[in-house]
Amino acid sequence: MISAPDVVAFTREEELEDDLYREPPLPEEYSVPLFPFSGQGANPWAKVAGSKFTRDFILISEFSEQVGPQPLLTIPDDAKVSGTFDLNYFSLRIMSVDYQASFVGHPPGSAYPKLNFVEDSKVVLGDSKEGAFAYVHHLTLYDLEARGFVRPFCMAYISADEHKIMQQFQELSTEFSKASECLKTGNRKAFANELEKKLKDLDYTRTVLHNETEQQKKANDKGYYTTQAIEKANELASVEKSIIEHQDLLRQIRSYPYRKLKDSEFHPYEPECALDRADVGSHDQDPTASEPGETHLYTHVPSYTPKLIKAKSAKCFDKKLKTLEELCDVYFFTQTLDQLHHIERTFRGDVCYLLTEQISRALLKQQSVTNFLFEDVSFLDEKPPEKQYRGCQGLGQDAMDEKCLEESLAPKVVISLGSYKSSVECVPIKMEQEVEDSEEPKMSESVMSEQQENLDYLDADIKGSISSGESIEVLGTEKSGSGLTKSESQASLPAMASPQAGRSKVGSRRTVSEDSIEVLSTCPSESLIPEDFKASYPSAINEEPYADDDQGGLRFTPRASPGVHDGQDDISKQESLVQVDAACCIGKESPNFLEPLAEQLGQRPCEEDGVVRIPPQPYRGPAEQGLRGGFPSHQGLSAGLLPYELDSRHLTGSREVSKSSLDECSDSTSHISSAASTCSDRTPSPAQPAQPGDRHRKRAGQNALRFIRQYPFAHPAIYSLLSGRTLVVLGEDEAMVKRLVTALSIFVPSSGGYTKPVKHWVTSALHLVDFQRWKLIGLQRAVSPGGVNVLHALSRYSRYLSILDADSKTLRCPLYKGSVVARLADHRTQIKRGSTYYMHVQSILTQLCSKAFLFTFCHHLHLPISEREPEESVVNRRMNFLKLQLGLANEDIKIVQYLAELLKLHYIQEPGQGGNPLLRFDYVPSFLYKI
Amino acid sequence: KSSVQTIGEEQIQNPYTELLVLKGHQDIVRFLVQIDDCRFASAGDDGIIFLWNAQTGEKLHELHGHTHKITAIAPFSSSDVAEEKTNLIITASADRTVIIWDCTSGRQVQKVSCFHSTVKCLTVLQRLNVWLSGGSDLCVWNQELDLLCKTSHLTDAGISALVELPKNCVAAAVGKELIIFRLSASNNGSEGWNILEVKRLVDHQDNISSLVSVNDLTFVTGSHIGELIVWDALDWTKQASECNFWDSSVHPDVQPEIKLSQSPHETSVQHLTSDEECVFAAVGKGIYVYNLQMKRVIACQRTAHDSSVLHIEKLPNRQLISCSEDGSVRIWELREKQQLPAEPVPTGFFNMWGFGRTNKQANQAAKKMQENTPVYFLELVGDLIGHSSAVQMFLYFGELGLATCSADHLIILWKDGERESSLRSLTLFKKLAQNGDLQLKL
Repeated sequence: MISAPDVVAFTREEELEDDLYREPPLPEEYSVPLFPFSGQGANPWAKVAGSKFTRDFILISEFSEQVGPQPLLTIPDDAKVSGTFDLNYFSLRIMSVDYQASFVGHPPGSAYPKLNFVEDSKVVLGDSKEGAFAYVHHLTLYDLEARGFVRPFCMAYISADEHKIMQQFQELSTEFSKASECLKTGNRKAFANELEKKLKDLDYTRTVLHNETEQQKKANDKGYYTTQAIEKANELASVEKSIIEHQDLLRQIRSYPYRKLKDSEFHPYEPECALDRADVGSHDQDPTASEPGETHLYTHVPSYTPKLIKAKSAKCFDKKLKTLEELCDVYFFTQTLDQLHHIERTFRGDVCYLLTEQISRALLKQQSVTNFLFEDVSFLDEKPPEKQYRGCQGLGQDAMDEKCLEESLAPKVVISLGSYKSSVECVPIKMEQEVEDSEEPKMSESVMSEQQENLDYLDADIKGSISSGESIEVLGTEKSGSGLTKSESQASLPAMASPQAGRSKVGSRRTVSEDSIEVLSTCPSESLIPEDFKASYPSAINEEPYADDDQGGLRFTPRASPGVHDGQDDISKQESLVQVDAACCIGKESPNFLEPLAEQLGQRPCEEDGVVRIPPQPYRGPAEQGLRGGFPSHQGLSAGLLPYELDSRHLTGSREVSKSSLDECSDSTSHISSAASTCSDRTPSPAQPAQPGDRHRKRAGQNALRFIRQYPFAHPAIYSLLSGRTLVVLGEDEAMVKRLVTALSIFVPSSGGYTKPVKHWVTSALHLVDFQRWKLIGLQRAVSPGGVNVLHALSRYSRYLSILDADSKTLRCPLYKGSVVARLADHRTQIKRGSTYYMHVQSILTQLCSKAFLFTFCHHLHLPISEREPEESVVNRRMNFLKLQLGLANEDIKIVQYLAELLKLHYIQEPGQGGNPLLRFDYVPSFLYKI
Repeated sequence: KSSVQTIGEEQIQNPYTELLVLKGHQDIVRFLVQIDDCRFASAGDDGIIFLWNAQTGEKLHELHGHTHKITAIAPFSSSDVAEEKTNLIITASADRTVIIWDCTSGRQVQKVSCFHSTVKCLTVLQRLNVWLSGGSDLCVWNQELDLLCKTSHLTDAGISALVELPKNCVAAAVGKELIIFRLSASNNGSEGWNILEVKRLVDHQDNISSLVSVNDLTFVTGSHIGELIVWDALDWTKQASECNFWDSSVHPDVQPEIKLSQSPHETSVQHLTSDEECVFAAVGKGIYVYNLQMKRVIACQRTAHDSSVLHIEKLPNRQLISCSEDGSVRIWELREKQQLPAEPVPTGFFNMWGFGRTNKQANQAAKKMQENTPVYFLELVGDLIGHSSAVQMFLYFGELGLATCSADHLIILWKDGERESSLRSLTLFKKLAQNGDLQLKL
């Protein structure tokens, strides 16, 4: 790992005087931003503001058509996390900034209701009173029973650290988009199910009605229709209309994947394994559905008995709304929760740590030759999130090769930092427009040294959401009444000379906020809207099922695509938009009516009222449902209960993941105080790094630390591992052996595969092939006759092995007199934490790797300069290089030679071809070490 | 039982510091045969023949065709009408078939299954472009697998070994007898050959277990009870014989005891190999060096291994490699030692228990004829431990290393780590240049 703890100390200090700048500044990618509040002498790792929650969490809220905004669940499901934080209130906040371009209504010129496939909106929001900042991801799910068929939801990542939200915006956005896509996929499936059921019902109803009408006709010989008969006929007609409409809806929802597939950015959510499909298919489905992306989900078809239904559905207040789980299908709901837990783990902790982690990852990616040795490179295969954004922007994507992509990662962080800084000074404005382009010169100034490729990135960045840099209003929201102030940067843009033009921009739009809410940034569905998608855009679902509501006057001319590029064309349309009365919106209780009107809302003062007027709602029936969905065991939930109370009761029932993650967190946070005295432990890492193997790393680090303190012969043991001599840990107690193996595994160089050549527990006799494959083996010492064989094999192959006897605490292995391992494993080390020690080890190993890299790739060290040069002189040169240039002594040379050999093998190995594993060994005497 | 010399873990002279395990066989691997500079074939009791690349350890071909274990294998390079040389191998199996394989394509060229008994040995007379199969009778074949001629039924036990002699003769070991056959072109046919029994040599007291040609003038046979006879290859007369050379005959008092302790198996001449000067015999657990000029054993290692030595080979650099049932391969060096004057003859106790060099020197001291003869001894310079079961055979590939095959179904390629490392470097820089990475990133 490159991010050694000491690197963190090098923060960027731009405010310092020049005379303090003696040494040349650190390269950008190594520097970490200066903690903004460090001037106050506060503990830099303490929480910034008096936030009422202890750590970051994810909140899922819904704008319920019955009760208004309400929180559904938090991740982790732990009351301690949200503390006294008012989730209800915050739900209101986050739901009030929903800028999804959704629009529901009856499209003019269309007879049928249209489903509007809405892009998610991404907003950054700050609440200075609460000390909470949130990335808010709004999404709309379909529900046949809901008003306008839509249920607005949002997922919010809530943190006390504003910088984290701003700097991790891209990542958050990508990750949340995945979760959202998962939810929506499940929802589409469930919606289609529901429609089919409804269709069957309707069909059945029609048949029944038809029969009744026929019977009536037959029975009726009077020649005129009774009122009853007319009623029946009307009912029949309305059922038939309803059938047609539902069929149309079904067609629309099924055609969705087709349409989306054309969009390069769309990745249909695929369930991982077929096993899970069993419960996926628990809802009946039409097997004829043939969408490529989702077809396989519609497989299991239990028979459904249609029932007679009324043509007109019940009033929305009478019925119970579906829970999120019901809306999305259990499988997808679980998947989403997993993804959200993943997000929570990924972004946990201090932003400094996250940044360091990202930087080190970016750097690691560049070390394509050596990084396999000691690093977990599996994540390098993951698609970097930036790619998607670039793809979406379509900017110079062709020109980018892998390398650019890699490199763009590191500077990225810096860029967004810069933009943030500039924005802090910015006068709060009432945002009318996104200031995209104006920001570019400014930003690029700060990153002049960056490569050209980064400009692409910048562009993408800006058009994405961090761009809001300029538009961020920080904390001082009370000022925001100041009307339509244009920022200087805006003024500099000819294209945006007039506020009118600005208004046409669909970019982030700030609302005048009397209270403490600020929209720091939005990502107004800037993700591309596919061509064919636009066609259906100006349409919306008719409010047919709710025909009773007096909506006659409501006819929106929906605005065209919200895509930035289309902005200018929309001006006229938007001017002509009918303004909707806010009360009307509230009456309808559907925030979706607000969403399409993002523009208008900005102009209408009543919009604020529209949101704020709704007081925070206590939990009611539907909410309870929602929670029950998540925690099935929970019964007897009283209406007014706050979510954390619920959660505290259900901590035991909560998901394993969150529990374990909580453990980690509490562990690490509690450690801060205890370890603060030693400087090596000042790692700002209350956070766990994002890798799934972190827990393992940490445990390995702790065990390794214990090992080097406990065993005086740790050095030769580690030397064995580093020089490729298989170390066998022999012992009776499996747990103890495994612990030792775990501890030592961090020193084992990997030979190319994703897994380290470590075998934790073996009970049978070892063979040569095992030493070829495994470099660290835990072996059972048994008293049985089999055990004799085991020991016999050990003595037979002793020349290939170092044997650490865990029972008698002895080590039999070659002598080590070098100095590298001494630095690596100093038993008097001041490091106290496992993860810190792990990083220490990684940084020294990285040094070794770079030495090995140099050694491997210096041509003349291995091959003669001229043809006539004798082999001896090459050998001499090689040894001189190792000793003098690389400063290696004695056995350290062997370590580097072994690593170099691994590098060579890895490099020359043909991809796809496994290659025979080699066993290299030396004929060196072994010694027996005792405690 | 600790009489075997050990070398410990520090082996400066042992060049083999890298190994590759070649997996593929499902039963004992008994035969290794070199095809060309970098290829070899392996065969064994599973009836499968594998072709390997000796440099990379890559499995080139897997030849299926025999249903029983392989009993004999011989390489055969035919350079007939087509200019290019094709490498063939002939394999005989207990299923009474012989198959010729093409090593390049890995395909079966031809198959003969008209044998009455298992073919136990195969010899290729490259000069005559024919090959011989020895079972219960001796058959002569040409490359197209036409049976040219055959002898009458010789014995049920069959021919155990064949060796080519000058003047179109072959020597076949049949039980205790050594039969010399002569091949002659038949008078009537152009392609016809006749095979005639020329002489029967009955000097051995027991079954002949090994037969090796030293040079054009001599060949050597060894029997189960440890007789070694050197024959003239032209007139098939006994030039010299060494009997009971494995025991210390100079000490008559201890001799009976030794005889008692040594079972016939332990005196069997398992394998013979030779260079121009010496014949190297694997006798029981020991290795003996017999000098043809001096007509005596000049050096020996009585207990070179823990159990029977199965194969020995002389390397060009005065080194000798032996492999044994104990699963180890040992590298010996034949060294000359200045005779120390008046070295005391060791006691019989040491002789009896064979304490390494002392024993050997004693033996030589006792056997020496002239005072000034240099004394040789076999120095253990390295051992290769890898197989978990008897090492059946090995194949020395010079620079490429050493291939060993074993009853544990594995073949191990032992390589010189230094050389491999520099070869890898070479490949690395070639690949770098290929990829154009030299300019870019470094």
